[in-house]
Amino acid sequence: MGLIVKTFDEVSQASQLLSDGDGLFFGGGTILMRVVNDGAPNLSLLVRTTDPCMRTITVAKDKIILGGGTTMLDIINHQELEFLHAPARAVGGPAIHAMATVGGNLYARHPFGDFTTALLALSATVRFADDDKGKEIPLEELLKDRESLPRRIVTSVVISRPADDIFRFIKICRVRPHRQPVMTLAACLPINEGKIINARIAYGAMASTPIRITAVEHALEGRALDPSGIRDAVAVATDGLSPPTDAIATEWYRREVAPVHLKHLLLGNSI
Amino acid sequence: MNKKPVHLRVNGVEKSVFVDEGANLLDVLRRSIGDVSVKYGCGQGTCGACGVMIDGVLQLSCLCLAEAADGSNIETVNSLANGDLHPLQQAFMDNFGAQCGFCTPGMLMAARALLDKTPSPTREQVIEAISGNICRCTGYEPIIHAILDAADRMTSQQKT
Repeated sequence: MGLIVKTFDEVSQASQLLSDGDGLFFGGGTILMRVVNDGAPNLSLLVRTTDPCMRTITVAKDKIILGGGTTMLDIINHQELEFLHAPARAVGGPAIHAMATVGGNLYARHPFGDFTTALLALSATVRFADDDKGKEIPLEELLKDRESLPRRIVTSVVISRPADDIFRFIKICRVRPHRQPVMTLAACLPINEGKIINARIAYGAMASTPIRITAVEHALEGRALDPSGIRDAVAVATDGLSPPTDAIATEWYRREVAPVHLKHLLLGNSI
Repeated sequence: MNKKPVHLRVNGVEKSVFVDEGANLLDVLRRSIGDVSVKYGCGQGTCGACGVMIDGVLQLSCLCLAEAADGSNIETVNSLANGDLHPLQQAFMDNFGAQCGFCTPGMLMAARALLDKTPSPTREQVIEAISGNICRCTGYEPIIHAILDAADRMTSQQKT
């Protein structure tokens, strides 16, 4: 029996069918269509929705809600989301921008997940279609369990708008500008009276999923954002990490360059 | 395998076909509709050779579910020429922007998408525009020159 594709007007209907069976949710197609094109021997059902809520972007003064089906191009074209333009542009070339979704990027396997790395630094929370109470879970929780938990449809991702100049993002590629990363780095660096407080630092392509680097966050607490203030943080740039080896870079290379790029990120240096 | 009806407007012509569930738009364009100007390079969304415009937006037809494009306006590289070659096509020829030619349809569509929005792009904008397209032959510089040349020609044409 061949592949079956079911399309629903409402995301709740799609979610119901997924909870009943073995299908996968089809968003923009940039991940699943590769599997389908390869023959997909273990895939029997794709579930889609045309629910407009999935592509809704809500921008309030401090809170931003991105629909799970929002594409990178939707974000790039949104004038009030300028701080997210660089992470959105990092996800492939222009054609991929029009197809890749926020929700899909949360499930992108190593080395991908550039946009997710940015969301992690922005303290993102996630809402699911099968939770009608609107409960949000921290993005870290989804990433920790994403391989083991049944697939759930992400209806929206919620972030707080960062104050000017505290959010940083860079992607390091061998083949520029948008190919598979050596690593991706994102940081939120709130400053109070000249000292960093409650920093959030995230890496992509340095673990099986995008990951927060709490060792660096702790080392930045209460320090000035200058070369001497970040010295201890740079020293622990790869503490506790076992970066993957792949066709782009080895574990050794990723460990070697991570402190260099972290320093560039924190000091706002262009590369 | 189940089949579904899909209606497309391809290069200005209405087309109705039955497609397998799970079929990608690239296969439908090439095999069911017969437009082989769209190239199958990788089937993974990496090479960009299959780029087409769907409702005015550049997308990769190998990653697009054919049934998701139902009702859409599709433009392939065959839509560029209108009796005469499009300035982009002429510029590619004049600047040796094609060697084997396999990446060229995708490159042309990426260039078209750029020039639709940015008639006078910078070199950096051209590089960004073709960042999703791979070429093994030219080393990219002739392609970049061709796109910048085409932009100049089109801008000059509009002024006269």
